[in-house]
Amino acid sequence: MTRTFRIIPAIALAVGLLGGAAEAQTIKIGVNEPLTGAFAASGTYVVNGAKIAADEINAKGGILGKKLELVIEDNKSNPTEAAAVAEKLITSDKVPVLMGAWGSSLTLAVMPKLMEYETPMVVETSSSGKITTTGNPYIFRISPPSAIEAAAFKGIVDKLELKKVDFLVINNDWGRGTAEDFSKMMKEKGITVGAVETMDQGAQDMSAQLSKLKGTDSETIIVTTAVDQLTLIFKQAAALGLKKRIITTGGSQNPDQIIAQAGAAANGTMHLTTFLPWFPEKTPNPEATSYFIAEWKKRGYDFAGCTESFRGYDGIRTAAAAIEKAGKAEPAAIKAALWDIKVKGLNGDIVFRKSGPEGKESGQSQPNVYLIEITDGKIGMKTL
Amino acid sequence: MSEFLQHLINMLVLGGTYALLGIGLTLIFGIMNVVNFTHGVLYTFGAYIMFIVVHQLGVNFFLALPLAVLAGWLLGAAIELTLLRPLRGSDIDTTMLVMIGAWIAMQSGALWIWGGVAKSVTTPFPEAPLVLGPVSVSWLRLFVLAAAAMLIVVTYLLINRTKLGCAMRATFQDQDTASLMGVNVDLIYTSTFAIGSSLAAAAGALLGPVYVIFPQMGDLAAVKAFAIVILGGLGNITGAVIGGFILALAEELGAGYVSSGYRDAMGFLIIIAVLIFKPTGLFARSERVG
Repeated sequence: MTRTFRIIPAIALAVGLLGGAAEAQTIKIGVNEPLTGAFAASGTYVVNGAKIAADEINAKGGILGKKLELVIEDNKSNPTEAAAVAEKLITSDKVPVLMGAWGSSLTLAVMPKLMEYETPMVVETSSSGKITTTGNPYIFRISPPSAIEAAAFKGIVDKLELKKVDFLVINNDWGRGTAEDFSKMMKEKGITVGAVETMDQGAQDMSAQLSKLKGTDSETIIVTTAVDQLTLIFKQAAALGLKKRIITTGGSQNPDQIIAQAGAAANGTMHLTTFLPWFPEKTPNPEATSYFIAEWKKRGYDFAGCTESFRGYDGIRTAAAAIEKAGKAEPAAIKAALWDIKVKGLNGDIVFRKSGPEGKESGQSQPNVYLIEITDGKIGMKTL
Repeated sequence: MSEFLQHLINMLVLGGTYALLGIGLTLIFGIMNVVNFTHGVLYTFGAYIMFIVVHQLGVNFFLALPLAVLAGWLLGAAIELTLLRPLRGSDIDTTMLVMIGAWIAMQSGALWIWGGVAKSVTTPFPEAPLVLGPVSVSWLRLFVLAAAAMLIVVTYLLINRTKLGCAMRATFQDQDTASLMGVNVDLIYTSTFAIGSSLAAAAGALLGPVYVIFPQMGDLAAVKAFAIVILGGLGNITGAVIGGFILALAEELGAGYVSSGYRDAMGFLIIIAVLIFKPTGLFARSERVG
């Protein structure tokens, strides 16, 4: 017995060494997403989209003659964990570039680590303005910040004849940032901004907030949060007899899931979204969109997840394009190359423009924003 | 005024569910003295059983409810037999750590089995709410309130009016004396934990269809349950019920008239105030000293 126990560490060491040798044959991208906790469903969708991108790239021969390897870590929907995971990916897995971290609060927590280790990160989902305006030159964002959403929405507020709006937003950087940016845009358009109500990330009962909003004289409510809370809000608003127009923002609505779970309560709601999986022919790159959706279905994933997962797909393709352009898997080279790439994203070309204080700008691409409406359990597109 | 009435109706409906969450925990945490971190998981478990029984087995909604309660009872009994019985008499910290471990393991198990995407249960109730003048309330939530009230009354009678209830109270006051009086102490431990667990599962089974079902839904429910039990006084069923309504009132009025950002803080501010002025809770059961 004693002999066996002595042998085990030796084997473990050998396996470790062999494993290490094998790993050098791949190029790694670190993926920092919420796979458990409040945002588990969304984070898992993004990771599944990322895997489609990695498999596609590897099927075509990988990058720089090596296989692409995703090192996926769970940030547990928790900012502290998100920072710890980033540190682990950079220092222990030695990834030269990251993608993450879904939520704005999660991404903001990771940002100081990027500065510390001088490693770039492609931000795929977060929409708080702060991410690209605080002067972190390692941030390259492909999702629209709430100011871009607000700007896109500006064009149609006249058509919708908005006069007075209330807000109901998730109580974090994402929700409060959206309320700020949209309020600013509304005021410029001469629209009155009424009550701004918030809800906690995990809250399940929003009846109190909705009862208050039912009593105001606004005709529209702008709601910002992820799919699960949206489902609850629509159901609870229906139960309270709240008949105002609801428009959601943020791009994490998964409209198909809302229709399935909120039923008739979802009818008449409008959603600002960043992807049109229902109408691939109307997207900027129909061919790529069709490929992605076909691959998503082939793998047996829920179609409702497409509006979330395409960002993981685009995020990995962006990071991979930068590695290819850099010609080597080193953080500084990838960071420089990110400024020069042009990727055919599913929601428009991904090209980074400078954003934030001079000398330490972050990269921000300009994705498209669409408005869709749910009528009789079906999704229709509103022209912006 | 109509807004205020709506808040009051919301408070009644929410308070009933909080009370249900509170009584299950007050049995285990208050009477048994086990810091039960699995309460939230049992709540989640009850909700998932509803989903499975209604949607995958195609059983009637009303028939599924007692099945979920039974499943909660069985899981509770299993937890007591495998985790708590071997630890009986050991340090409170040890039990607490084991229960935290059980909570994490079971929650991750739920995520593994059912995934993170929220599920919802269809109910036989109409989607259009009951409208009474300026206020409206959903039929489902009225049913939940009625069911919660019934479960609360049954539990109250069970603990205070039956022989089993008497044996339970005796066991946790003085195990040795109860044992000498012919009480099967092992059985009482298992059944108390099982009953408390079945109440958590009942709350989940009733509230799962109201909200959406996902693996972490029990976390917030458990935090509220602990708050309610502490507010009402450990081991006091009436206290847990009143605590539930006080918490709901604080949240509703806090969110409606002060600030929705501090909705959850309101309840805890009240708890801090109660603990300062009445450290044993509002309706603490008189403790035997020594």
